[in-house]
Amino acid sequence: MAVLVGEHTRVLVQGITGYQGEFHTARMLEFGTRVVAGVTPGKGGTRVHGVPVFDTVEEAVEETGANASCIFVPARFAKDAALEAIAAGLDPVVVITEHIPVHDAIAIVDFARRRGVHVIGPNCPGITAPERCKIGIMPSHLFRRGPIGLLSRSGTLTYEIVAGLSRAGIGQSTAVGMGGDPIIGMSFVELLELFERDGETEAIVLVGEIGGAAEEEAARYIREHVRKPVVAYVAGRTAPPGKRMGHAGAVISGTEGTAQAKVEALQQVGVAVAELPTQVPELVARALGR
Amino acid sequence: MRLHEYQAKELFAAYGIPVQRGVVVDRAEDLLTLDLRYPVVLKAQVLVGGRGKAGGVQLAATPEEAREKAARILGMEIRGERVRRLLVVEAARIDREYYLAFVVDRSSRRLTLVASAEGGVDIEEVARRTPERIVKLAVDPALGFHPFHGRWVARRLGLSGPLLGQFAEVTCDLYRLACERDAELAEINPLALCDGQWLAVDAKLVVDDNARPRQPDLPADEETTELERMAREYDLSYVELDGDIAIIGNGAGLVMSTLDMVAHFGGRPANFLDVGGGASTEAMRRALDIVLRKPGVRALFINIFGGITRCDDVARAIASAPPPVPTSIRLTGTNEEEGRRILEQAGIFAFTDPEEAARRAVALARGR
Repeated sequence: MAVLVGEHTRVLVQGITGYQGEFHTARMLEFGTRVVAGVTPGKGGTRVHGVPVFDTVEEAVEETGANASCIFVPARFAKDAALEAIAAGLDPVVVITEHIPVHDAIAIVDFARRRGVHVIGPNCPGITAPERCKIGIMPSHLFRRGPIGLLSRSGTLTYEIVAGLSRAGIGQSTAVGMGGDPIIGMSFVELLELFERDGETEAIVLVGEIGGAAEEEAARYIREHVRKPVVAYVAGRTAPPGKRMGHAGAVISGTEGTAQAKVEALQQVGVAVAELPTQVPELVARALGR
Repeated sequence: MRLHEYQAKELFAAYGIPVQRGVVVDRAEDLLTLDLRYPVVLKAQVLVGGRGKAGGVQLAATPEEAREKAARILGMEIRGERVRRLLVVEAARIDREYYLAFVVDRSSRRLTLVASAEGGVDIEEVARRTPERIVKLAVDPALGFHPFHGRWVARRLGLSGPLLGQFAEVTCDLYRLACERDAELAEINPLALCDGQWLAVDAKLVVDDNARPRQPDLPADEETTELERMAREYDLSYVELDGDIAIIGNGAGLVMSTLDMVAHFGGRPANFLDVGGGASTEAMRRALDIVLRKPGVRALFINIFGGITRCDDVARAIASAPPPVPTSIRLTGTNEEEGRRILEQAGIFAFTDPEEAARRAVALARGR
């Protein structure tokens, strides 16, 4: 089993007629994802790569039985699109869009929590369950199916680590890019819970970065609830305070959010923390007893 | 983006939050002709913290004293930032100092009120030493923030009588400002009691960069360097650091880990440039231009993991304008073979392994 997605997942792409939406719909279809519908208000009745396009999410769900959403809508319309998806009960809702205002993200995440919907992102690469389903923009060829559950705040760093694992012959059950913004739907704790329960996942790789306290919260959760081995990498050991390092959420505020504090918190609960991303596969192999 | 105190206070005033009468000046002579009641307080307008300790806030009893002190402060540099402007306000007689802020709280994923009866000091310090002196309230976004919330907080700060309701009004005004102006942080420290009146003696406002398009009347961003602004115009993320190895990569996390790798092998990054997830040849050209403008760069490290970014696009940019400093390149992922071929034709070598490439970059910066 994968977490959150699987063979049952029927994806609706919001913003399917845009440049990114169209391009990545093709990649998702190639991967084998069941992309069943697209939505772009005003463009209902057309098709993109054979996928029917509707004006509203409601109509798309009625006609196609879509049960998950992937959002490529530009930032200023993204809140509306995400709320529409959540209201229609799609789950998960994967928000790829970057530069969504943080107050909009708060509204999206809050509404999702009330409705019991899982939101991944915003500003994320999506979720991939090798051989079953990919929602988002991760490069497909890097993945192979296997026992590792991966959760990460970074996109390309995820690709780097997944590629390293695959090269070492270690596949993945599901990889989730949680997003680089300060306010995101699912964070480490919610995902650790899913991966701990997932039968296919034997070990967990957690990729963190500077900013906030999500890694520290993850460490507390791991101590109480996670029995599977966890390997981690935290980016930004050399980042200066007060500067946003590419991601809106990657910033050390005052004394909060340093890589050192995160590494220490994780090490204290028995997580093997890699100093370099290239060391992750070896630590994972050791955790798996290989 | 952080606003200056005087800019934040203009907004506070527009939202009905009481602030002192004041004037912004950039020349010491202006102090002689101000229509203000003395004594006044001169406050250096800088975006870095710790200006008080650095002597950037001073009291003056007469126009002549104010002019002298202003001349001194206007020449100062506070933690690397030149003081170009002063906010001059009429001094207030402060009876008590409180702390009040709305902040985007990442853990609760809500806009959160933070208040304390221990104002005028570093709130992080208060939170560490005496967490029981901090009152927090995460605002339910569907409900909003109402006067009764403000009174709930006021009671926990030990307020009563007319002050309780007036405090609640200030909290509601600040909440409205934070929401309408897309604030990540709207802070009053101290929120002072002066003769039975609330007064925002200092103001800090950080506006969400992602909300810029819908906040068109924001002042110019003075927090970033010229190169950082230039990068933003090209939609690239750039951060200036103080080493000698220029760094380009694709994706924020990957670039951060690239800095870490360079430091791990004993090098010092000069900057951080993220060309983004789907970097084109043009974006890569601009990236090269920006990182190499930084003075003192001795080597360049390009770390590309092609996903949506295509290695051939990156290679074309590098080959068309070979960098004038020693360069270590790591190139792998989508269209890798084509990218490698383009570089080889230009006589440029690229690594596949990031560690090897990082070691090489460090050696190049040391002239080896």
